[in-house]
Amino acid sequence: MVGSVGSFTLDKVRGLGDFALFTGRSLGAVFATRRLWARVARALYEQGFRCLPVILIVGTFTGLVLGLQGYYVLNRFGSEALLGVLVSLSLVREMAPVLAALMLVGQAGSALAAELGIQRNSEQIAALETMGISSCGYLVTPRLLAALFVFPAQTALFVAVGLWGGSLSGSLLLGVDPGVYWASVQRAVESEDVRECLLKAVTFGLLTISICAYQGFHAHRIRGATGARAVSSATTKAVVISSIAVLAADYVITSFLI
Amino acid sequence: MTPPLPSRSKPSSQTGNFLLEVNGLQKGFGGRPVLGGVSLSVPRGSLFTVLGPSGAGKSVLLKCLANIEKPDAGRISFEGRTLDFRDPASRDSFLRRCSFLFQGNALFDSLTAFRNVALPLEQTTSLGRGEIRFRAMEALEQLELGDYAGHYPGMLSGGMQKRLALARAIVTRPEMVFFDEPTAGLDPLRRNAVFAMIAKYQALVGFTALIVTHDIVEALVASDTVALLHQGEICFYGTPDEFASSAHPVVQSFRDSPAALRSTLDGLRGGEVATE
Repeated sequence: MVGSVGSFTLDKVRGLGDFALFTGRSLGAVFATRRLWARVARALYEQGFRCLPVILIVGTFTGLVLGLQGYYVLNRFGSEALLGVLVSLSLVREMAPVLAALMLVGQAGSALAAELGIQRNSEQIAALETMGISSCGYLVTPRLLAALFVFPAQTALFVAVGLWGGSLSGSLLLGVDPGVYWASVQRAVESEDVRECLLKAVTFGLLTISICAYQGFHAHRIRGATGARAVSSATTKAVVISSIAVLAADYVITSFLI
Repeated sequence: MTPPLPSRSKPSSQTGNFLLEVNGLQKGFGGRPVLGGVSLSVPRGSLFTVLGPSGAGKSVLLKCLANIEKPDAGRISFEGRTLDFRDPASRDSFLRRCSFLFQGNALFDSLTAFRNVALPLEQTTSLGRGEIRFRAMEALEQLELGDYAGHYPGMLSGGMQKRLALARAIVTRPEMVFFDEPTAGLDPLRRNAVFAMIAKYQALVGFTALIVTHDIVEALVASDTVALLHQGEICFYGTPDEFASSAHPVVQSFRDSPAALRSTLDGLRGGEVATE
């Protein structure tokens, strides 16, 4: 019993160390990878443009629900005028970075894990290594660099459409004055809030993309599964671990910054 | 138990001037030895074939040579210099002078044929775009794939994919190309065509070829030197003629396996006739 707990713990610690080395190697390859920016542009398209619809849709509905729930809660205390404060601070401080990251994990992260898993299975990664090309530099570094830009941009977009959604349900459907709503948004959000929001977005971006890349890249190491099953396991693990990591990192960052 | 080495372990005409030398290479997985101290020397400019039954460790040997697997022990020398794969400079210098052709081709399915061939030049050399384009198209045309430069690998036939993989392997003008089971899963006509293609471009481009395969007939016709890997050790090393006349029991059983099958089947048919 003690032996198996010890072995499990050692295995996890070894895995964490391996993950840290993988991420470090991928970031370190920025200076050693040739023709990097063309691949960064492609990653920007994959993570940015292709994920736009889901960010717009989820952001709008999040704002709509926040406006609706917020209105009825504030209405009990006669404070409907503070609807803009509630929606904007909820979005900027917590919901936008977390939900945007979860959406990006679901779309771009899972696709990345599956793509790398298939490339591992079909020996494309081994082929890169036999050519003397850094597989981390070629496959992972552009995705990490793109995440540094995409996650904050998508989070900002999420906030914008969320605020608009909040105004839609609060002002258009429930009768809060639009001027009051937008003025309270402007008053409530301070530069520290925006900084916290962007810091979370960048952290979640680096964390989730490196987790998804790591899982896909090492799909061949998954115990008891090979081929297509290994790819599906790697993709599932990538999404689950990334989602947990986003929520855990959110708690840690919030507790330090609050 | 591994049979003793035959008395003539090296082809007499090719001793010396070896491009690649392997000494005592060992590799195991989960405590099970796969390579138990492989030693061989590959003459420069030759077509060298490592034969062996499935599971003999041929692909593992090749993967150790190409740094895909880390050997547990042993020494690999290239041009007389011992390779240290832990030293990135030594490893990259060796890998850039070699190419590896995978059993499943390992083509990048999201890149066109042209981009597949241009990739090693783009990533490992400082050549300009014009030179890369020229060399990639030259390699494609050498393999009669010039008209398919814009096609994705999935749009090409199996034979064309094999040629595309070879074009990618030779575009960097390597001194040595490793071939992992290049004819696996192919019918006899295609097997002949693949060996003929390797021999043709080996003569044309001048690289040293190390092939692992279990296709004995094609290997004996096309190769300059043959080694037989059995239970993780080299039990024969010599020319195809020496292989054909060797009295070594493992060589004999491997070489005569079609005859043995024929004899078994004849025996079975004879039995059927007798019972009828």
